[in-house]
Amino acid sequence: MNDTFEWFGNLGIFFWQVLRAAITPPYEWRELIRQLDEVGSKSLPLVALAGAAVGAVLSMESRSSLTRFGAKSMLPSAVVYSVIMEMGPIITGLVVCGRVGAGIGAELASMKVTEQIDAIEASAINPYRLLAATRVLACVLMLPLLTVAADACGVVAGWIAQTLVEPISLQHFIDQGFKSSTLHDLLPPTFKTAVFGFIIGLIACFQGMRTLGGAEGVGRAATNSVVLASLFVILADVVLVKFILVVFP
Amino acid sequence: MAVSSVGIEKGGGAPVVAVENIRKSFGNSRILNGINLTVNCGETLAVLGRSGTGKSVLLRLIIGLEKPDSGSIWIHGQEIVGLALDQLGAIRIKMGFLFQHAALYDSLTVAENVAFPLDHHRRDMSISERSDRVRQLLAEVGMEGHLDKMPSDISGGMQKRVGLARALALEPEILLLDEPTAGLDPISSGEIDDLVLKLQRERQMASIVVTHDLHSAKTIANRLAILNEGDVVIEGKFEDLQQSEIEFVKEFLKQS
Repeated sequence: MNDTFEWFGNLGIFFWQVLRAAITPPYEWRELIRQLDEVGSKSLPLVALAGAAVGAVLSMESRSSLTRFGAKSMLPSAVVYSVIMEMGPIITGLVVCGRVGAGIGAELASMKVTEQIDAIEASAINPYRLLAATRVLACVLMLPLLTVAADACGVVAGWIAQTLVEPISLQHFIDQGFKSSTLHDLLPPTFKTAVFGFIIGLIACFQGMRTLGGAEGVGRAATNSVVLASLFVILADVVLVKFILVVFP
Repeated sequence: MAVSSVGIEKGGGAPVVAVENIRKSFGNSRILNGINLTVNCGETLAVLGRSGTGKSVLLRLIIGLEKPDSGSIWIHGQEIVGLALDQLGAIRIKMGFLFQHAALYDSLTVAENVAFPLDHHRRDMSISERSDRVRQLLAEVGMEGHLDKMPSDISGGMQKRVGLARALALEPEILLLDEPTAGLDPISSGEIDDLVLKLQRERQMASIVVTHDLHSAKTIANRLAILNEGDVVIEGKFEDLQQSEIEFVKEFLKQS
């Protein structure tokens, strides 16, 4: 239990150091742009594929259920609403946890055990600013954009799955799908993923930069980054869904 | 002007590094037990001792990578213990640190490693000025022909040279060298020693060298200090150490 409290205490201190480094100059624009590419562009294919798979599966699974209840015409709405409200954001969060969380955790842990982070600090460069703030910010900025991509792929894949069984135009599918949804419904679930990005970036950087031990420590940091970030993303999702329901009824 | 117990004029010029009654433990293990040391401008102090006696920890304390349990560290008359990271940065910019395993950034080339501190602290320099400076630094350490190589493609001795070039990039006034010749063959060790001597002559830096290599220490240092069980057993010129009657010093010199 003490270890748990200590972990949260250290995470809080780490967050404060990252925040202070992030809001004070000099700003590390070049590293931020590099990280936006690492987190965003390089995660896009996997996130798009995961989103498409979810959309296609939702379409196939929902079709039989909705047909049984005579509500087949609601299929586009069911797919669009499910993908955008929940499946797109959470799938994006979990995929990025796996790809980016493990990557950041292992990269920073490897730098830590080979004294590269100490070398950065010894060169009078704040490692919280250069390494952590840029990665956390890149995750915060990129997660909503990746979510939009996952949503779009999910909707299109849902349409493809539908149209293979019963041809329907994409335009009609989208019109039907968004008939019962407004921008007011769509924005909060998309932007909640910025919180997922914050969790993924912060936990992965924290686990990486506090690593001890050699190769074993690096492996442990990568694993812990993914496991803890996934756990906290899922917990945050529950809290945020309730928050969105209360604040944007 | 305040004067510390080790004779520093706080706010004054020399000594440039002063360590005052430093204690440091890791868990239950006491590493340093109230160490006092000073280094003046243009002077090289070699710190010797058995493995695990806290020599590297001492260097890490001086550059602020570790915090002491108690005691003070003064750099150019300014107390650094307790400074925030960015305040410490202003002090560290005057210091160069060569890590025991060089600690080169493995995703950057040799030239990029040396350019790294310049990219962050000499933003006023143009790209061509920076590039010239990197070439000049690498030429100083005999690595001008390896600019585009990755750290994994060069030998340990070469990595140390590049690490030294990186440590010198910001023209430091204080140079901290952690085992600069460890793991090197005698010829490479001699080359590193010559390089350090050349730098001292040309730049008049204050240096602290942590080493096991008594021959190297004798060659490059003005003064030597031997640590044992967290204390400085003896400090002085090599001749002073040779004349010491302390059993540990005699044994250390005999075995080295």
